[in-house]
Amino acid sequence: MDYENLNENVKKCQYAVRGELYLRASELQKEGKKIIFTNVGNPHALGQKPLTFPRQVIALCQAPFLLDDPNVGLVFPADAIARAKHYLSLTTGGLGAYSDSRGVPGVRKEVAEFIERRDGYPSDPELIFLTDGASKGVMQILNAIIRGERDGILVPVPQYPLYSATISLLGGSLVPYYLEETANWGLDIVNLRESVAQARSQGITVRAMVIINPGNPTGQCLSEANLKEILKFCYQNNLVLLGDEVYQQNIYQDERPFISARKVLMDMGGPISKELQLVSFHTVSKGYWGECGQRGAYFEMTNIPPKTVEEIYKVASISLSPNVPGQIFLGLMVTPPKPGDISYERFVRESKGILESLRRRAQIMTDGFNSCRNVVCNFTEGAMYSFPQIRLPPKAIEAAKKDGKVPDVFYCLKLLEATGISTVPGSGFGQKEGVFHLRTTILPAEEDMPAIMASFKKFNDEFMEQYEDYRGYSRM
Amino acid sequence: MRRFVAHSARNLITRRRNNLTTCVLQHCTFPLRFLTTASPGYLSGHVASAGSASAPPLTLDTINPKVLKCEYAVLGETFILAQRLQQELKENPGSHPFDELLYCNIGSPHSLGQQPITFFREVLALCDHPVMLDRAETRGYFSADAVKRAFQILNHFPGRATGAYSHTQGIKGLRDTIASGIEARDGYPADPNDIFLTDGASPAVHIIMQLLIRSEKDGILCPIPQYPLYSGSITLHGGSLVPYYLDEDTGWGLEISELKNQLETAKSKGITVRALVVINPGNPTGQVLSESNQQEIVEFCKNEGLVLLADEVYQENVYVPDKQFHSFKKVSQSMEYGEEDISLVSLQSVSKGYYGECGKRGGYMEVTGFSPEIREQIYKVASMDTCSNISGQILASLVMNPPKVDDESYESYSAEKDAILSSLARRAKTLEDVFNSLEGVTCNRAEGAMYLFPRIELPKKATEAAKAVNTAPDAFYARCLLNATGIVVVPGCGFGQVPGQWHFRCTILPQEDKIPTIVSRLTEFHKAFMDEFRD
Repeated sequence: MDYENLNENVKKCQYAVRGELYLRASELQKEGKKIIFTNVGNPHALGQKPLTFPRQVIALCQAPFLLDDPNVGLVFPADAIARAKHYLSLTTGGLGAYSDSRGVPGVRKEVAEFIERRDGYPSDPELIFLTDGASKGVMQILNAIIRGERDGILVPVPQYPLYSATISLLGGSLVPYYLEETANWGLDIVNLRESVAQARSQGITVRAMVIINPGNPTGQCLSEANLKEILKFCYQNNLVLLGDEVYQQNIYQDERPFISARKVLMDMGGPISKELQLVSFHTVSKGYWGECGQRGAYFEMTNIPPKTVEEIYKVASISLSPNVPGQIFLGLMVTPPKPGDISYERFVRESKGILESLRRRAQIMTDGFNSCRNVVCNFTEGAMYSFPQIRLPPKAIEAAKKDGKVPDVFYCLKLLEATGISTVPGSGFGQKEGVFHLRTTILPAEEDMPAIMASFKKFNDEFMEQYEDYRGYSRM
Repeated sequence: MRRFVAHSARNLITRRRNNLTTCVLQHCTFPLRFLTTASPGYLSGHVASAGSASAPPLTLDTINPKVLKCEYAVLGETFILAQRLQQELKENPGSHPFDELLYCNIGSPHSLGQQPITFFREVLALCDHPVMLDRAETRGYFSADAVKRAFQILNHFPGRATGAYSHTQGIKGLRDTIASGIEARDGYPADPNDIFLTDGASPAVHIIMQLLIRSEKDGILCPIPQYPLYSGSITLHGGSLVPYYLDEDTGWGLEISELKNQLETAKSKGITVRALVVINPGNPTGQVLSESNQQEIVEFCKNEGLVLLADEVYQENVYVPDKQFHSFKKVSQSMEYGEEDISLVSLQSVSKGYYGECGKRGGYMEVTGFSPEIREQIYKVASMDTCSNISGQILASLVMNPPKVDDESYESYSAEKDAILSSLARRAKTLEDVFNSLEGVTCNRAEGAMYLFPRIELPKKATEAAKAVNTAPDAFYARCLLNATGIVVVPGCGFGQVPGQWHFRCTILPQEDKIPTIVSRLTEFHKAFMDEFRD
């Protein structure tokens, strides 16, 4: 294999989250420098502790000989024991057996019940497929949709680069629609229409639209009105709607609680509710669970024809089955301890603790960035990230060019070298021409936050001082 | 049911013709898929016109055609029928001439009652819930060396955080362990940076196919018969499968002359052959390659500039004293070939061996002989999925570094391992003998892996009956077998075979106490089948 005769699509695709900045940070870490990894939504890596209950259950499932011990009830709570027995009974052979390629039926049923409780509408377990992480699910669905480069997928800019990378890898076309930073990263329906029109004029068939709600990297939570607009737009333009809802538990304001695309669709009733094609994604990696390493997730299909569902099932079957422990984590997430359960109080205490801290950290970070020279930052309404805009002075942009670097990469590398803070440059997510950002997570421990923000401010303000000419930007 | 089958098949034939398949494998039947339960009252999506008065955006007519083309027989038609029968038995006991299904279609040992290795599960449980290590009353449930190993493993995790994403290739310390294990196995060093831990071996195959295949002019040499992950992934990624036939008469021998012929034939058709897939021990065929054979293969790949994709997931399943597993890495290193000489991708998995942990999705590819630019690209594609599941990574490190002679758990671990492996060898022999005793059936021995692949001479009446329902003869046989006995096998057409020949793949995995039932039901069925269809 030579570089020249590699699949072109592989060469073209990019995935910045684990790209240049991350690799440089890893190098520096090896050299002994203290690195604060804020490049990936990876809560446990930054000190967030796993919830106790699911870990107890999974340990019991992993080593069923524990369940046989007469004294197990003295060291594990009864509800964890019961739940472990329950999940083991749903498998055919325990954690080590392949499950149904779509996931253990009993777990899929629990997911359907969760969706029904959440939205108020029944959900069909047959249309719910479990996957090794949501990314695999996204790739499977996009692979079903994209036939070639004339198939376009509407993707928000900025976006989580799994979408751009996958579309590239599969040989499709990314059709960008810009979120409006000055309107809190809101959706601009006019821009959306223009994007589609432009794509069509280039001979592209727009097949699907991706929404990330709450947004990544932008964090905005879509309103019900917004979701209605989007659903109508997809219906009128014959698009499949892909609803990435992995951050649905991460909401830090009260004006716009999470509302699922499916709920809004069902509320709308009429023909659209029976015809609009929707695939919704969720995971155990985010929320207050943060169990990224388990790779547990699902996608739910709405209004996808049975024979198409079968084809998607067929492709899933080539990889045999998703990992069973991850499926159990998912089952536990959608069916957490209830009031009256022994583990309920502790579970609530741990969960609330995490969510309330995330809310505080979202605020600390937003305020911290807004206090810096030439930095403007929208509030993180949801998800796990902060996406401040860095107004780089012309001299900095020149210096970047001289270094052969994209301006925000240049800035982020300097930030990394100076402070050990590892971020992802905004160019990795897409942004308007000439506007620069970086993405950081809100995940560092609360007690470390003030020091981190102080360190950032010091670096930033010195950087700006260094590169501003006497006319300079002033923070309006 | 037959009428429905024929009708649906006819519709699908039309669709298939329109979908231009260039796949070399015989398609046994057209995928007759049923959802396993009805979907009453849910909005499961009838195809109706959307707001803009056209068909919905995602239907069979607009789905990626490569998705339509690809197949995976292990969970294909026969299995789907089995699931239906299972449901019928549940809802209506006594509705079939058997009261349970015997799944001999899939290499999933735990599904059929095989027990996990205790030591492995101890360590995994401790890593899943490290709090147990901190408290004497929970620590006491585990063997001392399991506790020690869990501490060692957790030390590789910053903050003992097993719930965090790891490095894309997997936790460094675990890769170090695996590299040491490879070195102990082969007698040659291994580099942890060459290892990419994946969710089972299958995702690794997809990554490599993605890199290699640019268009259908790119071909991948695959053994016939082969494990249909290869045909499936080649189709999915838009490439061409270039078959090389294993020789059934010489115990599924792999002849270099056959490789050379097929390579030339492909070239003459304008196909650029990029890689050679070798499954050793073989699936479905079970043969273990001789070292000299392996040397020839390495030489062939080196000379022709092919990537050697060595599927070695059954490396711990060898049942005959006259054969031994040698990794292709060891063979090429023993020939003094290094990074400059041969590009090699070696696959291992936690799903097979004596551990059989299919549901964990643990495995890795060891990638050697690729330039830094290519390795970057492999890393990049792998990084899009962030990393593989952590528990699977830990298990892979345990499999490659099991208890040693002086460890507390060694005796019990050895006993468990030996019991499983010797039982597998016994079952392989028993079933091989049974197949060979059936009229018109011959079966090579299973030297390794988990399967038998008997060949059946089907009488003309049977092949005609199969044609009448638009089914390949071996799929017809498998379906009749299933309907009569509840035994689920996979028709040979799902793996590929010499045209005009019929086989089926049967696992050796049902527990020993089930084997007599399988033997008697199978023997009875086969006699009745031959009585009905004999010329």
